[in-house]
Amino acid sequence: MAGVTEYIILGAVLFAIGLVGFVSRRNLIVMFLSTEIMFQGVVVNAVAFARYHRQLDGQAFAIFLLVIAAVEAGLALGMVMWLYRRRHTLDAEAWSAMRG
Amino acid sequence: MFLPKKLFPAFTAASLLLAVPALAQTPAGVTEAQAPGGLLEALVFYAVAFLVCGSALGVCFSKNIVRMAVWLFVTLGGVAMTYFLLASNFLGAVQLIVYAGGTLVLLVFGVMLTSKSPWARFDVPKLELAAAAAVALTLAVSLCVVLMRTEWHSAEGVVAGATMDQLGKTLLTTYLVPFEVAGVLLMVVMVGAAHLARQEKN
Repeated sequence: MAGVTEYIILGAVLFAIGLVGFVSRRNLIVMFLSTEIMFQGVVVNAVAFARYHRQLDGQAFAIFLLVIAAVEAGLALGMVMWLYRRRHTLDAEAWSAMRG
Repeated sequence: MFLPKKLFPAFTAASLLLAVPALAQTPAGVTEAQAPGGLLEALVFYAVAFLVCGSALGVCFSKNIVRMAVWLFVTLGGVAMTYFLLASNFLGAVQLIVYAGGTLVLLVFGVMLTSKSPWARFDVPKLELAAAAAVALTLAVSLCVVLMRTEWHSAEGVVAGATMDQLGKTLLTTYLVPFEVAGVLLMVVMVGAAHLARQEKN
C-alpha cells in the first residue's frame, strides 16, 4: 500500500509540476508560486523519510525548510515590490540586462 | 469546478503515474511493517495525492493570478493532509499556519499591490509551454523510474504517538545551532524586507 516510495514519487511529481510553471511563465509572482510548489515536493520527501525511518531528523529538516521558505517568501515579495516600483511591470523580460 | 477541460488528460496522467508503484508492488508482498495503515490509508493517500497534483497543475495552467493563488491554497492544504497521514501532526498544523495563513496572504497582498488589474490574464506561448512540459515530464519519468527501482529500507512500525515534544527536544538539543541561526536569519530578513519595501523619498 502507501509506502515510502509513493510519498517520494508524489514529491518528485510535485517538483516536476513546479518546474513546468517556473520555466514557462514570465510573471515574477507566478514564478515565485511555482518555486513554492517545488519546495513542497522537497519537504514531502523529508517528512516521508522521517516517518519510515522512525527518526525525527526528517521533521526537524522540514521545519528548517519551512523557515527558509517563509524567509524566501518575505524577501522575494519585497524585491518584487521594489522591482515593480522601478519598471512598473512584473515581466521577467524587463530585467534581462545581464543576459549573456 | 472551474477546471478547464484541457487539463483532464494531464490530470489523469498524473494520477496514473502515482498508481503505478502500487500496482508494481502489490505482487511482491508488502509486509505490514512497510504499510502500517493498510488499505484505508492507501485510499486516503491516493485521494490526497490526486488533489495535490491536480491543484498544482491548476496553478501551472490557469491564466488568472487570483485563481492561481486559490489553487495553491488547495495544494498547500493537500500537502498538510499528507503530513497528517505521515503522522507528523505538528508539521501539518505548521504548514497550514505558515503557508495558508502567512505566505499565501502575503502573496495575495503582493498581487493586489502590483497588478493594474488583478483579473488580468496571462497567456503562455504554446511552444514554450510544450518545451517546459517536455523537460519536466522527462525529469518526472526518470525520477520515478529511479525511485521505483531503488529498494528503500524502512524501519518497522511507526513513530509512536505524539511526536511534538520529542520534536521540540530534538530542535533544542541536536539542532540547537541551526535553530539559533534560523532565528538570526529571520531577523535579518525582516529588516531587509522592510528596507526593500520602504517608500523612497526623492
